[in-house]
Amino acid sequence: MPLSAYLFVSVALFVIGLVMVAARRNLIYVLMGLELILNAANLNFVAFNRENPGDLDGQIAAIFVIILAAAEAAIALAIVLNLNSRIQSIRPDDADTMKD
Amino acid sequence: MTPESQIVWLLAVPLLPLLAWVLQVSFGRFLPRQGDWLPTGAMGLSAVIAVWMFAGVLIGHDAGTGTLVSAELANPLTWKFFFSDPALNEGLAGFQAGILYDPLAAALLAMVAVVSFLVHLFSIGYMQGDSRYNIFFANLPLFTFAMLAMLLSDNLLFFFIFWEVMGLCSYLLIGHLSQDKEKPRTEAAWASFKAFMTTRIGDVCLFIGMMMVYDKFGTLSFHGLYTAVADYTANGTHWEGWLTAAGIMMFLGAVGKSAQFPLHVWLPDAMEGPTPVSAMIHAATMVAAGVYLTGRLFLLFSPEAQLVVACIGAFTAIFAATIGITQFDIKKVLAYSTISQLGYMICAIGVGGVAAGLFHVITHAIFKACLFLGSGSVIYGCHHEQDMRKMGGLRKKMPITYLTMLVSTLAISGVPFFAGFYSKDAILAKALEKSMVTGEWIWAAPFWLLLAAAAITAFYMFRLIFMTFHGKPRDHGSEHAHESPWTMTVPLIVLGFFAIFGGKFWLTDPLHGLSGGDEPWFFQIVDDPTHAEFASAGEHAAPHAGDDHAAVAHDTHAADSHGDHDVAHTAHVRAMIMSIAAAGLGILFACLFYLWGKLSATAIAAKLGGLYQLVLDKYRFDELYNATVIRGTTKLSSFLCWVDENVVDAFVLNLAKLHRGGASLSGVFDKYVVDGMVNWVGETTVAAGQTLRRLQTGRIQQYVYFTLAGALALAAVSLLGIF
Repeated sequence: MPLSAYLFVSVALFVIGLVMVAARRNLIYVLMGLELILNAANLNFVAFNRENPGDLDGQIAAIFVIILAAAEAAIALAIVLNLNSRIQSIRPDDADTMKD
Repeated sequence: MTPESQIVWLLAVPLLPLLAWVLQVSFGRFLPRQGDWLPTGAMGLSAVIAVWMFAGVLIGHDAGTGTLVSAELANPLTWKFFFSDPALNEGLAGFQAGILYDPLAAALLAMVAVVSFLVHLFSIGYMQGDSRYNIFFANLPLFTFAMLAMLLSDNLLFFFIFWEVMGLCSYLLIGHLSQDKEKPRTEAAWASFKAFMTTRIGDVCLFIGMMMVYDKFGTLSFHGLYTAVADYTANGTHWEGWLTAAGIMMFLGAVGKSAQFPLHVWLPDAMEGPTPVSAMIHAATMVAAGVYLTGRLFLLFSPEAQLVVACIGAFTAIFAATIGITQFDIKKVLAYSTISQLGYMICAIGVGGVAAGLFHVITHAIFKACLFLGSGSVIYGCHHEQDMRKMGGLRKKMPITYLTMLVSTLAISGVPFFAGFYSKDAILAKALEKSMVTGEWIWAAPFWLLLAAAAITAFYMFRLIFMTFHGKPRDHGSEHAHESPWTMTVPLIVLGFFAIFGGKFWLTDPLHGLSGGDEPWFFQIVDDPTHAEFASAGEHAAPHAGDDHAAVAHDTHAADSHGDHDVAHTAHVRAMIMSIAAAGLGILFACLFYLWGKLSATAIAAKLGGLYQLVLDKYRFDELYNATVIRGTTKLSSFLCWVDENVVDAFVLNLAKLHRGGASLSGVFDKYVVDGMVNWVGETTVAAGQTLRRLQTGRIQQYVYFTLAGALALAAVSLLGIF
């Protein structure tokens, strides 16, 4: 399979994730969009790594990103839970206290 | 004696009274007897030193040739120091303070110190009970200090400084009674003010004259000036107008100080001071200073300036003598007599007889001090009565005062063998000789005026004696008169003694027998220095030539002295006969009027009417000056005040208005332009902030859009290759 095929899938994933982050009215979905964006990046890493089979740096970077995503998800979900207990909503538009 | 030790002793003469002043003014109040013994003792010591130094001059003087054996004495002893370093200020020589102790200074120094001491002694008695006794005894030695220091000054600048100190002291002493604690006298305050201001006019003129010569010659030292003038005028043959002017200006200083016409008005009013002060001012210090200055500056006077000096002196002599006839206040008579006698001295210098003039200063100082102290004794004895019309018959009650005053009166009248006779005779001889040598009527005038003044002097002085001491007491004050205590009579006796023998002493040589030459020794050693002598700079020890060389004309130093001596001799004999006749005439008339009562003064006064009134009012000079100078000054002052208010103030106020207008303009600029710019920056910043804060909504997803838009814009930019 050519590299472009992987990249098309990756772009699709990135755009879907971006749209979710920007447009969804539920923070859980926003987080899911972020996961998609991270995985789009992962796909890029591994796809480019396939072009240089001797090296493993793309693979390693992907594993770093997965670990990072896991940590990020844990913190982000904790924030969402706290936000929910504070304002009884997980709509991103309701959490606008940062403007002050 | 070495010059160094001479300087120390000479400095002690003025510095002792100065020390007495310092101590007296600081601690006088706390000393026993309010410290009167302190300045008196210091003065006594100073007088002893001065006389001793003078004796040294006598010993050093060789009677035969008239030269001084001690070269140090003929040369000025100069104690030099620089006010400015000449090395630093090129062209500025710096002033040197020095001591000029030549025979002239020596004679006057001894005279001033002795007379001042006697006045101090007299004051102990006279000032008893004064509320400011200690202050009086502080001012008196300061006055003497200034006079003594002035006599020793070797340059005009220091001379002028002490001259001014003396002006201050005369102000303090004449106004002494104006500060009296029990009954202050406003007249005394006015008199002191008048004396100070009148002499000030002369002082300013003197200073102008000093600046004129300093500007030209660059020195103010007497010997430096003599040399410079001798060189400049080619031994006195060629005078320029400005030198005449400078000489007259400097002479005007003496006119003020020595109360010559037209600045004589202060002296009679100065009688407001206590009597010892009058004696001091009139005999030893103040007025003698003017004569001394004129004598010192004689070599700087051009023939025209000498004529002015002679005429002013002669006119003053006769003018003041006529006023003296009409006065009734015993001290006023003596005051006018002083002015008249000062006119004599000034005139003598004007006609070239510097030695004769200064001789008269010395003899006059003695008998005038005696007369003033005697009048003080009379006033004291009559319980402070000064009007002669209320006195009379004091002869028996105050014998010592009577006798001493009589002796002095004989001296001042020029009766032979009394002190005044010799000096007055010398002056008249000098004046006559001048008129005979020049043959001009203008030079004859001084002689005849002086001769007339001599007769009048004899008349009014005997009038004083007869009115005061003879006849019957005319008031209860004089009925209960009493003789004064010893502190007052002792000075009178001493002065009276000198009034008899003082004149002869100056003419005979006490150490070398009779004088060898034609000229008396005093004339030889004091001698008018000639221009020729100073033309060869530095040779001050050269033998002094005859008195008459300088007198006849400035350029005849080398002329045939034989002919001059003949003229001098003839003039001397004639002048002596005429002066004795004049004195006899004056005394005779005084006897006719006031002793024998053959003639009535009141009847003659009534006949003369307006003229008598004019003289009695002192020729109305006070009124004249009031109407012209004083009112003129007042008018000028009010005019200047008007100018100040209407011109200067108006200008200043308008300038202020202008400034205020300018200030408000710049205020407007500041407010609207400068502040406007600053505010605009602030407001714009605020507005921008207000606008931009709307972008910060706090909505995360909106931020995502912005980020996306930014990323897309950057991508577009990089893809399209705009930058």
